[in-house]
Amino acid sequence: MTTLPQSTEKKLGLVIDLDTCVGCHACVISCKEWNTSNYGAPLSDMDAYGAEPVGTFLNRVHTFEVKQENKPAQVTHFPKSCLHCEDAPCVTVCPTGASYKRVEDGIVLVNESDCIGCGLCAWSCPYGAREMDAAEGVMKKCTLCVDRIYNENIPEEDRVPSCVRTCPAGARHFGDFADPESNVSILTAERGGMELMPEQGTKPVNRYLPPRPKTDIEQIDILAPLLTRQPEETGGFLGWLDRTLEKL
Amino acid sequence: MHPAPSVIIFTALSGLGFGMMVFLGLGFLDVSGWVAFVFVAVAYALSGGGLLSSLFHLGHPERFVKALRQWRSSWLSREGILSIVTMAVFGIYAVMWIFTDVRNPALGSLAAALAVVTIYSTSMIYAQMKSVPRWHSPMTSVLYLLYGFAGGALLTAQVTLAGWLMLALAVVQVVTWVQGDGAFAKTGSDMGTATGLGFLGKVRLLEKPHSGTNYLMSEMIHVIGRKHIMKLRIIALTLGSLIPAVLLLALPSGHVLGLVVIMIHLVGLFAQRWLFFAEAEHVVGLYYGQR
Repeated sequence: MTTLPQSTEKKLGLVIDLDTCVGCHACVISCKEWNTSNYGAPLSDMDAYGAEPVGTFLNRVHTFEVKQENKPAQVTHFPKSCLHCEDAPCVTVCPTGASYKRVEDGIVLVNESDCIGCGLCAWSCPYGAREMDAAEGVMKKCTLCVDRIYNENIPEEDRVPSCVRTCPAGARHFGDFADPESNVSILTAERGGMELMPEQGTKPVNRYLPPRPKTDIEQIDILAPLLTRQPEETGGFLGWLDRTLEKL
Repeated sequence: MHPAPSVIIFTALSGLGFGMMVFLGLGFLDVSGWVAFVFVAVAYALSGGGLLSSLFHLGHPERFVKALRQWRSSWLSREGILSIVTMAVFGIYAVMWIFTDVRNPALGSLAAALAVVTIYSTSMIYAQMKSVPRWHSPMTSVLYLLYGFAGGALLTAQVTLAGWLMLALAVVQVVTWVQGDGAFAKTGSDMGTATGLGFLGKVRLLEKPHSGTNYLMSEMIHVIGRKHIMKLRIIALTLGSLIPAVLLLALPSGHVLGLVVIMIHLVGLFAQRWLFFAEAEHVVGLYYGQR
């Protein structure tokens, strides 16, 4: 069914900390690795070793620069994947029912054996979260690593989405937004977690924690003490030699 | 949006075919037998050919039957079902017309009404897209319906009616362009809201996520040919509606003129449909610093 559920028991999603993300793209690579070899069709690359390689990715990191007049620019790395919207337009446009939102946890998934590859869901998504796989002709998207988070065959600490598990900066958090006491709900409340393009009316579940406005911090030159030579006060024989030679 | 030939052909031809069914179903065109057969065949060739062309757009065309399931929520699904039902009902009407020379008004009106709803549902596939502000307007449906009616009237030799419909079409087309040009700004979406970083200052893309292109960019950020937009608009407007309107209303009608007008209208129609996709900007472009 491609009508959306009235409500979901859980609202699983991600919090992405734009203040912490260092833009290393490790989440992009670990996402591709996990999802090309597990749930559904592999994430193909076309012309991988040629002049114009293109490929399917479920997660991509953009880098933006924000600038106020007469102030230095601030750079923010911006990972982007499916936001598992509550009012997901990609679900209702699907003519086959392949695109659906799960009642139990709110994850938006594609049943690839029903997907006809019309691409309408990708058109309807304002965030560019869906990519048609050029080799398989079916729509691919973030599954929140549905084959990891409930997987009892892997160690418990690995039962989070691959991108969250791999992030070396700890910029990605996974949890249930329906639970006000969950890590993601608390982070969102405390740090003012943002919705992307709320005017599109999609009610995204994932939240982004805003970066601190670095340009407003008073400029402190942390290298200054190191760059001006301070008179050295060395003790012992070398200190005596230094002082004596100075006097000559 | 990427102007895929299969989708341009689909919307243009099926619109004409169902437009013809509207007028044939309502009892216009006083012919019978073989002549009726030819008109019915043209209507089927256009609507069926258009629908067939849309299958080439799919990653898995062999699964197209599955697309008829989600009529409760999906306009694409509704369009598929409605076009099949319309063609079936019109088929019964046409068989009776051709072989027994009886034009059942109830059946014909039903087929005509279904054809109108089918064109409307085609337009809604695009008009429902909030992510494509230029399309997300009732004008999209008005435009698709008028192209269907004007083309249908032309192809069923309703000379004067077609002329006036072409004039109306020209007006609606211009209104749609003017409204569409301001649609993106009206949504309030910009790089600031797309990234949530607007509160920090003016946002610009410093680095793309990858060195090459990707599906999203080639499908939704179509910038090739946008520089010719004004020229193409003039071509679409003059050939698609203005010249046909003048020729139909000012000159004495005849088969040769009819054929010439159809050819002119077709060129304009295809230019308009190419523009319909190429001009439409998707909000996802904001993440790439493009529109």
